[in-house]
Amino acid sequence: MDLTTDILRLATVGSVDDGKSTLIGRLLVDTRQLFDDQLDAVVNASERRGVGDLDLSFVTDGLRAEREQGITIDVAYRYASTPRRKFIIADCPGHVQYTRNMATGASTADLALVVVDVAHGLKEQTRRHLCIAALLGVRGLVVAVNKMDAVHWSPAAFQSVVDEVETVAGELGFDAITCVPTSALLGDNVVDASDHTPWYAGPTVLEALETSDAGAWSNASNGARLPIQWVLRQPGGGRTYAGMVNGDALHEGDLVTLLPAGIETTISALNTLHNGPGADAPVGLSIDVALGDETDAGRGDLLAGAPLPRVTREIAATVCWFGERPLTTGSRLRLKHTTRVTPARIVGLDGVVDVATLSVDEGDELRTNDIGLVQLQTADPLVVDDYRDNRVTGSFVLIDEVTNATVAAGMVGRATFL
Amino acid sequence: MTLTSTRPQTTADHLSLLESHAVYILREVAAECERPVLLFSGGKDSAVLLHLAVKAFAPGRLPFPVMHVDTGQNFPEVLAFRDQTVARLNARLVIASVQEAIDRGRVADPGPHGARNRLQTVALLDAIVEHGFDAAFGGARRDEDKARAKERILSFRDAFGQWDPRQQRPELWQLYQGRVNAGEHLRAFPLSDWTELDIWQYIERENVALPPIYFAHERDVVRRDAMWLAVNEFIEPRPGERVERRLVRYRTVGDATCTGAVESDAVTVEAIVREVATANVSERGATRADDRFSETAMEDRKREGYF
Repeated sequence: MDLTTDILRLATVGSVDDGKSTLIGRLLVDTRQLFDDQLDAVVNASERRGVGDLDLSFVTDGLRAEREQGITIDVAYRYASTPRRKFIIADCPGHVQYTRNMATGASTADLALVVVDVAHGLKEQTRRHLCIAALLGVRGLVVAVNKMDAVHWSPAAFQSVVDEVETVAGELGFDAITCVPTSALLGDNVVDASDHTPWYAGPTVLEALETSDAGAWSNASNGARLPIQWVLRQPGGGRTYAGMVNGDALHEGDLVTLLPAGIETTISALNTLHNGPGADAPVGLSIDVALGDETDAGRGDLLAGAPLPRVTREIAATVCWFGERPLTTGSRLRLKHTTRVTPARIVGLDGVVDVATLSVDEGDELRTNDIGLVQLQTADPLVVDDYRDNRVTGSFVLIDEVTNATVAAGMVGRATFL
Repeated sequence: MTLTSTRPQTTADHLSLLESHAVYILREVAAECERPVLLFSGGKDSAVLLHLAVKAFAPGRLPFPVMHVDTGQNFPEVLAFRDQTVARLNARLVIASVQEAIDRGRVADPGPHGARNRLQTVALLDAIVEHGFDAAFGGARRDEDKARAKERILSFRDAFGQWDPRQQRPELWQLYQGRVNAGEHLRAFPLSDWTELDIWQYIERENVALPPIYFAHERDVVRRDAMWLAVNEFIEPRPGERVERRLVRYRTVGDATCTGAVESDAVTVEAIVREVATANVSERGATRADDRFSETAMEDRKREGYF
């Protein structure tokens, strides 16, 4: 059996009631991803709640409260495969109060499946989601211009949304945009091409997802990184250092620098989970390595190949703030970056992003769901790359010291569109 | 202007990436939590989870105990498998006993033929308090059920063991943060992104040992609630039910009173992989009476502190 199937991770993006969950339900039902008993359960639940024969949103809206209120509260993960590709789908909520959950779903996505109600155009919440998706490094967009049946399949109505989307997506720097006129409810142009849109020659939503190259990985290397998670004691007294490879592949014999200490050494042996001792390990594999020199490396340290990351206690970062109380200069939090947790303090607030205009305005606090530019100081030195160069060493979360809740997503540096 | 791609090239295959992600989660939680425990039922998912945990910390010993929440109504083959596995790995086994909870009056006895599945929650939460565990690894997968599809990989439980699906912590990138206050705990699900087919392909690739009831065998069964239930000390035929001898296997393993078998002639892992790839009914739909109480049976149990 072929195990090297191409995988695309996607997250739905858009405002409440534009039809995200219905679109995912339609996509899964029409590609026959649901088992018979799961489809029966959706039909039964639809009948019981008096919402017609088949409420497609119930395929992913699995919580009692979601079905009662007809909204999505938290991300649902679904797994689908077609002969061309495997998909990991994060169906995200649209409500502004659940923006933190949308960011959770989008943080691991390669592509955003944007749903826009053709009659309403781009709402502020959709702009916020697009801005967050762009900040998080999502590259591709497939846009379902939805509820086309409600505007009698008007090409002019479709084009007006396409123009709006292209303007915003251009400002945010997305590379590949495909807009599809759809009715998720009726199934037009989701999996099967519609008879109602003879004026549209592009792909269906499924075809656009199957052929998108947003999941294609670039060859540009910004240096291998191995954040150390755990020290393994070997029989006979030696030690190996375990972690997940990112940035670039690691090879036996590679010259690496142990940071933050700054000690140069070599990878003298490398061990993968599946193949055991080997010559190299690609990105995404959990491995353990032995080093050519005695060091006291431990959890929180990082092994890096050239070009080396920065070692610093002061970071300029872009943050999405999810806390209930405002973030201000002087706020004290914990920060988790790679495998290190350290006390942190906000020493400056450089601006608050207006998601409608993408302008950065002056402000003295970030309120819940605001995006802002901050200056941070940490108690321990961190080993960081710019987020645009490396998603692992460029990202961090902020943690409330009392409740231990995760209250912010942070990205080192500043996106080019801000 | 275009965005820089921040994902570098990888040549790793799908199963190796799933394996690596699971091991990453196991190591993060073991490093950040004081007293983790791994829930081990003897079923295929927990067998895979335990296999991954052993690999994550090899050549060292498993840095946490394993816990079996024992309903007292088990398939004997599964209990034997549990004991062999624990002995082979020299692991520490903690048993959270539903029978003991009944004997101590913590829960009402549902009677000799009553399902004890739901009572596991009480035994599990009592054991977590008694041993002071602050994290429990489980083998749950998001493709199993619509409530599980909503759950984080690190799932926070309050001092009452409850899951609040409206107040889940944001979980960004692979920054799993496991901080809890005294009395609270985490559930950690390293197999979240695995499907049933992934599990079987991994069992095939790694030769993971399983209890024999996963493979086709002849057994006396009765048809009840559209499932084949084994006739044994816990299940007696009711009036009108006919005992038949059929070639069956188990697709999931739970309490012997509520886990059904499926008809199958698959006697090898390879044959099971083929069977799972073409199945029309979900594994829980085919085999679990406990999910049929209501539309939100799993969510309701999870809120109370179930796996």
